Amino acid sequence: MRRLIPLLCTGLLATPALAAELKLDIEVPRLNVAEYHRPYVAVWIEKPDNSVAANLAVWYDTKMRNDEGTKWLKDMRQWWRRIGRDVAVPIDGVTSATRAPGMHSISFVEGKSPLGKLAAGEYRLQIEAAREAGGRELVTIPFQWPPKQALVEKAKGEHELGALSLELKP
Amino acid sequence: MKLKLALAALTLSLQFSTAQAHSVWLEPSSTVLSKAAYITVAGAAGNDKFHYNHAALRGLNENFTAIAPDGSTVAPENLMAGKLRTVFDLNLTQSGTYRLAVASEGIMASWKEGEQTKRFRGNAEAFAKDVPANATDLRVNEGVNRLETFVTVGKPTDIKPIGKGLELVPITHPNDLFAGETATFRFVVDGKPAAGLEVLIMRGGSRYRNQLEEIKLTTDAEGKFSIKWPEAGMYWLDADAQDDKTTVPQARERRLSYVATFEVLPQ
Repeated sequence: MRRLIPLLCTGLLATPALAAELKLDIEVPRLNVAEYHRPYVAVWIEKPDNSVAANLAVWYDTKMRNDEGTKWLKDMRQWWRRIGRDVAVPIDGVTSATRAPGMHSISFVEGKSPLGKLAAGEYRLQIEAAREAGGRELVTIPFQWPPKQALVEKAKGEHELGALSLELKP
Repeated sequence: MKLKLALAALTLSLQFSTAQAHSVWLEPSSTVLSKAAYITVAGAAGNDKFHYNHAALRGLNENFTAIAPDGSTVAPENLMAGKLRTVFDLNLTQSGTYRLAVASEGIMASWKEGEQTKRFRGNAEAFAKDVPANATDLRVNEGVNRLETFVTVGKPTDIKPIGKGLELVPITHPNDLFAGETATFRFVVDGKPAAGLEVLIMRGGSRYRNQLEEIKLTTDAEGKFSIKWPEAGMYWLDADAQDDKTTVPQARERRLSYVATFEVLPQ
């Protein structure tokens, strides 16, 4: 115990949490259109060579009969080529229903699915949205892992995505 | 091997009587699908790729095959031959890459009987039977033609080479093409590299621009060429070659033609 306490203390000073965290706030914009459908959204992490480090979240129409909602997964074109066509949905802890306009927060802990372990290095957080009878948008937020200190990276979509905020905690 | 280029798809006139000096194409309604689905495919001949303003594509009943990922064939449904285009549905039930091809080969001959010009079209066997050995002014040509496109449901799968005639062997998968990225393909004749072959590539939608914006490329010693797709769209690709590998000695040459449609998606 005596030996553990100093260790724990230094640990607390350097890294307040035991495992690094990644939190993302996504704004699904409220659009003034005649025909509105909630967007399909995919969030994943890529390495600089475009290879996939983690498939974090996919929002699609999970409720349709005969899995008809999977028909439009390919409209998230980059997600589809990097991940979608190689996996079967639903994926536990990754796929879920589409979300209404507003702010949505999703968070991930290092070492736990679906983030898992990321080797130290450069990454890109990819957020792609595609909307039925609407457009498509891909926003990229570059980041370094592991984060040396808590930080927030902000980005903004122009059409299908609103404010985006990536929060990293060491 | 002597490869000669021909800019227009002239050689396809052997196969498609309506084509003449016009180009032919197949246009699938989708090339990338998330799940099993029907697609509709249109085929036509004309100068303006993917604009239906000249003639329907003929010969589909005899020469069209859709090869499923497992090697089986899918029959076209609701085939409709209109004045300006031929249309049919395909039910894509398997996951993987489908090859949709109009492929034909044969001998075309013409000769004189008195004042009359006689014509023949068919294979070597029929040629021996139907064309008189002592025909006057006999002109004989052979052709191997391929017009194709690819469609993938789910994960792309390998495309098996045919091994006969002029064909494109993908290095970059044809259903994984994106604007601004470079794709590499290889041309072969009877499975051997087609070096120095001229390849013509053109984006559809020429009606909405003033120049054709053709891209001309030449294959290297291994038959390879690379293209950086300038923008998203449906692209028409054409290559033609000639050699002396005829099946009947009377034929002057063998004409090989290849046309494909590729869809390039935006980033």
